[in-house]
Amino acid sequence: MTPIIEINGLSKAYVISHQRDAAYDSLRDDIANILRRPFQPHITQGAARETVWALDDVSFDVQQGEIFGVIGANGAGKSTLLKILSRITFPTKGRAVLHGSVGSLLEVGTGFHPELTGRENIFLNGAILGIRKQEIAKKFDEIVAFSEVDRFLDTPVKFYSSGMYVRLAFAVAAHLEPDILIVDEVLSVGDTAFQKKSLGKMQQETQEGGRTVLFVSHNMGAVSSLCDRGILLSEGRIAYEGDIGAVVNHYLTAVGSADYTGDLTDHPNRARGFDPLLTSFDIETDNGVILYGQPVTLRIGYHFPEAITVPQFSVKFLNAQGVVAFTVVSDYQPNNIPPRLQGNGSVACRIHSLPLLPGNYTVNLRLWQPGAKLDDIENVARVTVEWMDRKPDQIHWDSTMGIVYVDAAWSMLSAT
Amino acid sequence: MKLEEITRPSERSEKPSVPKPLELVIEPSGVLRLDLRELWHYRELFYFFAWRDIKVRYKQTALGVVWAMFAPFVTVVVFTVFFNRVAHIKSPNAIPYAIFSYTGLLFWNFFSAAVGSTSTSMMTNKAVVSKVYFPRLIAPFSATIVNMVDFGFAFVVYAALFLFYGITPGLAGVLLLLPMLALTFIAATGLGLFFGALNVRYRDVGFIVPFMISTLLFLTPVIYPVSLVPESYQWILYLNPVAGVIQTMRAGALHQGAIPWSMLGISVTSLVCMFTFGLLYFVRQERSFADYL
Repeated sequence: MTPIIEINGLSKAYVISHQRDAAYDSLRDDIANILRRPFQPHITQGAARETVWALDDVSFDVQQGEIFGVIGANGAGKSTLLKILSRITFPTKGRAVLHGSVGSLLEVGTGFHPELTGRENIFLNGAILGIRKQEIAKKFDEIVAFSEVDRFLDTPVKFYSSGMYVRLAFAVAAHLEPDILIVDEVLSVGDTAFQKKSLGKMQQETQEGGRTVLFVSHNMGAVSSLCDRGILLSEGRIAYEGDIGAVVNHYLTAVGSADYTGDLTDHPNRARGFDPLLTSFDIETDNGVILYGQPVTLRIGYHFPEAITVPQFSVKFLNAQGVVAFTVVSDYQPNNIPPRLQGNGSVACRIHSLPLLPGNYTVNLRLWQPGAKLDDIENVARVTVEWMDRKPDQIHWDSTMGIVYVDAAWSMLSAT
Repeated sequence: MKLEEITRPSERSEKPSVPKPLELVIEPSGVLRLDLRELWHYRELFYFFAWRDIKVRYKQTALGVVWAMFAPFVTVVVFTVFFNRVAHIKSPNAIPYAIFSYTGLLFWNFFSAAVGSTSTSMMTNKAVVSKVYFPRLIAPFSATIVNMVDFGFAFVVYAALFLFYGITPGLAGVLLLLPMLALTFIAATGLGLFFGALNVRYRDVGFIVPFMISTLLFLTPVIYPVSLVPESYQWILYLNPVAGVIQTMRAGALHQGAIPWSMLGISVTSLVCMFTFGLLYFVRQERSFADYL
């Protein structure tokens, strides 16, 4: 069977300008070139410009009915790939063949006009996506019911919340019945219930409607439970292609999930007036990845020119909203650190099973002595926690349900 | 973009829908391509864009409509006071100066507004252009529709002036009104497409266009008659398409001499060149728009 999407050596180059004030090109600077070659794309010259390959020789096929995942770090080329497949921008080299109509949902409220009402915007959005008015009219009730914005249908969308925007936008795109649906990270904006509903809709569309979905997300849970196969992009190239479980694992291993500088001597986030008594911070994990439920070891280096009695090393994990998830403190937990420390050394803290729900966390590091703070560095590391492996039900967890995930089992106790 | 119809596999034939392009080939752009069939497929988007613009413009309906008539009226009063009474510019054949200059103003206003809205259409639709595919030409063309509505309201004032001065418009003028509007439209979109495409890359073009338009007003016989220019140089004036349009309307509707067919020919030639160049430049550049927005 011919694949529904065939991509062959797709590449896209951007020319980056390094001029000081060049947010945009100025006609003044380029007018000579334009006059010389009005029908040629601008020819770059000089060392102030640099070509960056956002996408570099990418080839893969997608079969009809697949939900195909595209993952990768920010700047890996995911958006560029989707933009090319959506025909918003064009490749510099290579070729993509799509056997079918394409609907794409690249950003919240694309093509929504704030002054127009929800009802009007449904039709406008449909027209932008190339769908006939009567076609939309037929699907209208279904779209409204799915989006759950029926009460605000005649309200200008400028009064909508971003969640309502996404719901409406997704409802329109999902009901257009394209053969190929391209979905970018948009769903992360909506509330959990709607996310679930949208993911369900996508799954249903592919199973019953034979549709193909190209799905980009940072939510590894959603990707691994929804997709069959996928690719991992890294610096514009395919780093791995295959079964989604393997792709996700590659991503988790390759990207690494903690972002920090080990050396703390001149750390910019150190609170004013503190001497650099803490000199290094390091997160060691079993396989370089921070996973829910797995052991993690924190290592803290110190340099105490004068002896410190009863040092208390404290590491605090905060979620993206700044809520403290947990704190570990050396002096209050089982430890073998002597009550008097001097000179250079390091201590370790072993967390036997990390309880954090997958997501992004920041780490604050402090050194105390009973009654006195001796060193204080905020945001010493940023940590991304991921699910260990593919458990479909885990995608139902998100930050509204807490910061930690608790292993639990349910059973029948009595019934009448 | 090459859109090829191929036979839809039978298992999917139950889907009742408009014929969709079933094979999309995405390749680096090579030659100029103007896909008229695709434009036709997206015609509803054209209506929607136009309707959206009109709706937003005339949102406060009373003020919107009144303003569309009030603004040209005030302009022509100012023109009459300063250029006719103070500077003694005369309208030929004893036609009142107000209606003489309004004939020019009517078309000039449409022209300048249409150049303005087409040349900024990519920027005003930035959110859509950078996120969704559609034939880019839809945006600049539909942007002029709201200007045509404005033209319609300004035309009401024009008709009122004929009544007020008791002038019967010439038949030629009545018949030529729409063709002249069409010529103005083509000239304006030609310029607008060129500057619109340029504006995506070069943001300073946004400052050049308004300046160019306000300068061009004085190179167009809006406030003065063509006869003010020595006859041997008049053809230069007619290189400006709006000059041909205005002079034709003055001859046709206001009985100010014969319709200057040969001079109109110069204007038409000039606007065809402008339109072709603008269109080709736009189509050549449109694929890269999203990269610069």
